[in-house]
Amino acid sequence: MSEQQYEKYYVPASSPWPIVGAVALFFMAVGAGNWVVEIKNGSDGFGLHTLAFGALILTVMLVGWFKDQIHESMTGMHGDQLGRSYRQGMAWFIFSEVMFFCAFFGALFYARVFSVPWLAGASNNAETFNVLWPTFEAMWPLTTTPGGTTTEAMGWMGLPLYNTIILLISSFTCHFAHVALEKGDRAKLKAWLGFTIVLGLIFLFLQVEEYIHAYQEMGLRLDSGIYGNTFFMLTGFHGFHVTLGTFMLIVMFFRVLKGHFSHDNQFAFQATSWYWHFVDVVWVCLFFVVYVF
Amino acid sequence: MTTATDELHHDDHHHDHKPSGIMRWLLTTNHKDISSLYLWFAFIMFLVGGAMAMVIRAELFQPGLQIVEPDFFNQMTTVHGLIMVFGAVMPAFTGLANWMVPLMIGAPDMALPRMNNWSFWILPFAFAILLSSLFMEGGGPNFGWTFYAPLSTTYSNDSTALFVFSVHIMGASSIMGAINVIVTILNMRAPGMTLMKMPLFVWTWLITAFLLIAVMPVLAGAVTMVLTDKYFGTSFFDAAGGGDPVMFQHIFWFFGHPEVYIMILPAFGIISQIVPTFSRKKLFGYASMVYATASIALLSFVVWAHHMFTTGMPLFGELFFMIATMLISVPTGVKVFNWVATMWRGAISFEMPMMFSLAFIVLFTIGGLSGLMLAITPVDFQYHDTYFVVAHFHYVLVTGAVFSIMAAAYYWLPKWTGKMYDTTLAQWHFWCSLISVNLLFFPMHFVGLAGMPRRIPDYALQFADFNKWISIGGFAFGLSQLIFLALLIKACRKQGEPVSDQVWEGAEGLEWEVPSPAPYHTFETPPVVK
Ligand SMILES: [Cu+2]
Repeated sequence: MSEQQYEKYYVPASSPWPIVGAVALFFMAVGAGNWVVEIKNGSDGFGLHTLAFGALILTVMLVGWFKDQIHESMTGMHGDQLGRSYRQGMAWFIFSEVMFFCAFFGALFYARVFSVPWLAGASNNAETFNVLWPTFEAMWPLTTTPGGTTTEAMGWMGLPLYNTIILLISSFTCHFAHVALEKGDRAKLKAWLGFTIVLGLIFLFLQVEEYIHAYQEMGLRLDSGIYGNTFFMLTGFHGFHVTLGTFMLIVMFFRVLKGHFSHDNQFAFQATSWYWHFVDVVWVCLFFVVYVF
Repeated sequence: MTTATDELHHDDHHHDHKPSGIMRWLLTTNHKDISSLYLWFAFIMFLVGGAMAMVIRAELFQPGLQIVEPDFFNQMTTVHGLIMVFGAVMPAFTGLANWMVPLMIGAPDMALPRMNNWSFWILPFAFAILLSSLFMEGGGPNFGWTFYAPLSTTYSNDSTALFVFSVHIMGASSIMGAINVIVTILNMRAPGMTLMKMPLFVWTWLITAFLLIAVMPVLAGAVTMVLTDKYFGTSFFDAAGGGDPVMFQHIFWFFGHPEVYIMILPAFGIISQIVPTFSRKKLFGYASMVYATASIALLSFVVWAHHMFTTGMPLFGELFFMIATMLISVPTGVKVFNWVATMWRGAISFEMPMMFSLAFIVLFTIGGLSGLMLAITPVDFQYHDTYFVVAHFHYVLVTGAVFSIMAAAYYWLPKWTGKMYDTTLAQWHFWCSLISVNLLFFPMHFVGLAGMPRRIPDYALQFADFNKWISIGGFAFGLSQLIFLALLIKACRKQGEPVSDQVWEGAEGLEWEVPSPAPYHTFETPPVVK
C-alpha cells in the first residue's frame, strides 16, 4: 500500500477506427432498413447491397481496430489498470447481452403463463375466449394457434440433448485451455483451445441440421405462432452468439500460435473464454425452457 | 500574462498531437472533446425536437384541423418524443458525465477512450436515419415514441424498419457510453477517493449507468420483436398467433420506467452539486442521498405496469404496481428534503446555476406530485392518456431534466471556457424560460383533468382558451432557448470575464482545483484525496 507506483494510464492519441465504425453502422442500418422492406415488396437490391457494403466497412474497421489494439498490447503499452478497465468493460457488456436474452425469455414466459391461457379463457377472460376464438385450446408448446396455424413441437431428445452435452463439454475444455495458459503449457493450451473450437463448430453444424429438420419435416417455422417465434428467436440469437464466440476462439487460436498471451497479458483470451461460458449458460437455460419444459 | 498563457497554450498544443480542424473532432479520444460534441449534439437535437413541438402547438393553437395533416401530426409527436429522449436529454447527460466524471474523481480520461468516440459518433448517424425517414414516401414513424403494437406492427408504414435500426444504434451508443462511465468510476478513481467520498453527480451517474446497461438491451429486444412481427411473420404481439399486444407494453415499460430515472437521476446529482455550493454548506445527508438514489433505481424495476393500469391486468397486478410506485416517492422525498435542509440557514447567493436549481426543486416537485396522483390506479382511469399525463412528464422532464442540464451548463461553463458567461443574457434566459414554461405546461393539468386527450390534432371547443395560452407559452419557451444559444456561442468564443480556478466561492471538489479553462489533459498523475 505504501509508495504505490503509478503507471501512466494509456490514453490513445486519436484513432480513425471509431468513425469508420460509425459510418459502417450507418450503411448497415440504412441497408437493413431498406432490405427488410424489399423482402416484402420485391427487391431492387439497394438494401442488400448497402447492407453488404456497411458490413464490409465494419469488417475493415474491426480488423484495423483489433490490429492496433493487439500491437499496443504486445508492445507493452497496456498497464494493469487498463487491463482492469477492459475486464470490467467486458463483464458489463456480457451483462447487457444477458439482459437482451432476458427480453426474449420474458416473451416466452409471458406467452406461456399469460397470453395463451388467457386466450383460452383463463383468469377473467371468458368473454375474450367466447368472442375471439371459441374453439381455441391452451397448450404448450402451442402447436395450434388461435388463428389456426399448426406446427409440431421440437422434442429435447436427440440433437438438442447432444448439443447441450457438446456445449457443456466445450465450457470445460475452454477452462482447461485457460488453466494451461496460466501454467505456461503451450502444447496443452493449443490442444484444448482447438478442441473447444471443434466442439463449437459441431454445435453450429447440428443446429443448422435441426433448423433444416424443423423447416422441412416438422413445419416448425419462424412464423408458426408464438412457439415457433420464441423457438427460433432464442435459438437463433443464441446461435449467432455461438458463431461470434467460435470466431473469437479461432482468432485466439491463431494468436496462440503466434506466441501471444501469458500469465500477465491475456485479456483477449480471458474475454473470449468469459463470452464462451456466457453463451454456454444461455444455452442451458434455453435447453430447459425452450425444449424440455 | 498574455505571453504566459500563449506559451502555455503553445506548449499544450505541442504535447497533444491532436489533429486540427474537423479531423480533431472526428478522431478524438479526449473526454473533453467528446463531451463537447455530445453537448452540442444534444443542444441541436433539443432545438430540432423543439421545432417539432412548435408544429404541434401551432396545430393545437385553435380547435379544428388547419396546419398539418393528422398523420403528419402523429409523426411530429412521435419524433419529438424520440428526439427529446434519445437525442437531447440522454446525450446531454452523457456529455456532462464525460466532461465532469474524470475531473471529479481525478482520472486522466474516460476508461475506454476509443469506445467513447465510437459511442458518440454513431449517434448523429442514427438521428440522420430517423429524421430522413420523415421525408420517405408514406412518412416517418407515426405511432408515438412508445411505438405500441399493433400501431407499430400491423398499422405502421414502411419507415418502421429504419426506425427499428436507428433505435438499435441509439441503444448501442447508450450502452457503450454507460459501460464507459461505470468502468471509469469503478476503476479510475484517484487514490483516497473512496466510494462514499465521491461527489453525488458521480454517484448518480454510476447508478444511472447500471440502469442503462440493464434496460437498453430490453429496448433492443422490443424493437427487434416489432421488426419481426411486421416483416417476418412472427406474432409476439398478435393474439392470432398466441401472442399479445399487451406483452409489448410489458416489455416496453420494463425498459421505459427505468428509462425515466435514467433521465432524472443525473439531474438529482447535478442539483446535489449546485445547492451546497451556493448555500456555502455541506450537502445535508450525503449518505442518505446515495441510498435514496440506489433505492429509486432498484424500485424502478418493479413499477413498470403503472403505465398500463387501463390496459388491463389482474387486480393483484394493479394493486402491486400502485403501491410499488407510490413507494418511490419516499426516497424522492428524502432528496427534496435534503436539498431544502442544505439551504436551511445557508449563506445563499443566487447565481444562475442556483436559480435553475431552485426552479428545478419547486417545479420538479410539482411533476413528482402529479406523478403520485397518476400512480393511484382508480384515478388513473380518469387521467390516463389525457393532457394531465403530458403535463406531468413535461414538468419532470423539462423543468426537471432539462432545467438541471441548464443549471449544469451554467455551473460548469466557466470551468470549460475559463470565462464567465454573459450574466445579462443568462438572466433573460432564465426568467423567460421560467415564465413561459409554466404558461406552457401548467394549464395542461386543467385541460387534462377536464378530459382533453393527448396525441390528437383536434379538440373540443371548451379547451380552446387554455390551448391558445399553452401554445403562446410554447412559442415563448422555444424562443427563449435562442437566448441560450446566443449565450453558448458567446461562451464558446471565449468572450467574458476570466474566472478563477475555483470559479464559485463555495465550490468544493477536484474539478475546481484544475485551472480554468481546464487544460486538454488533466490529472495525468492522479491527485491524492484526503
Ligand atoms: Cu413509469
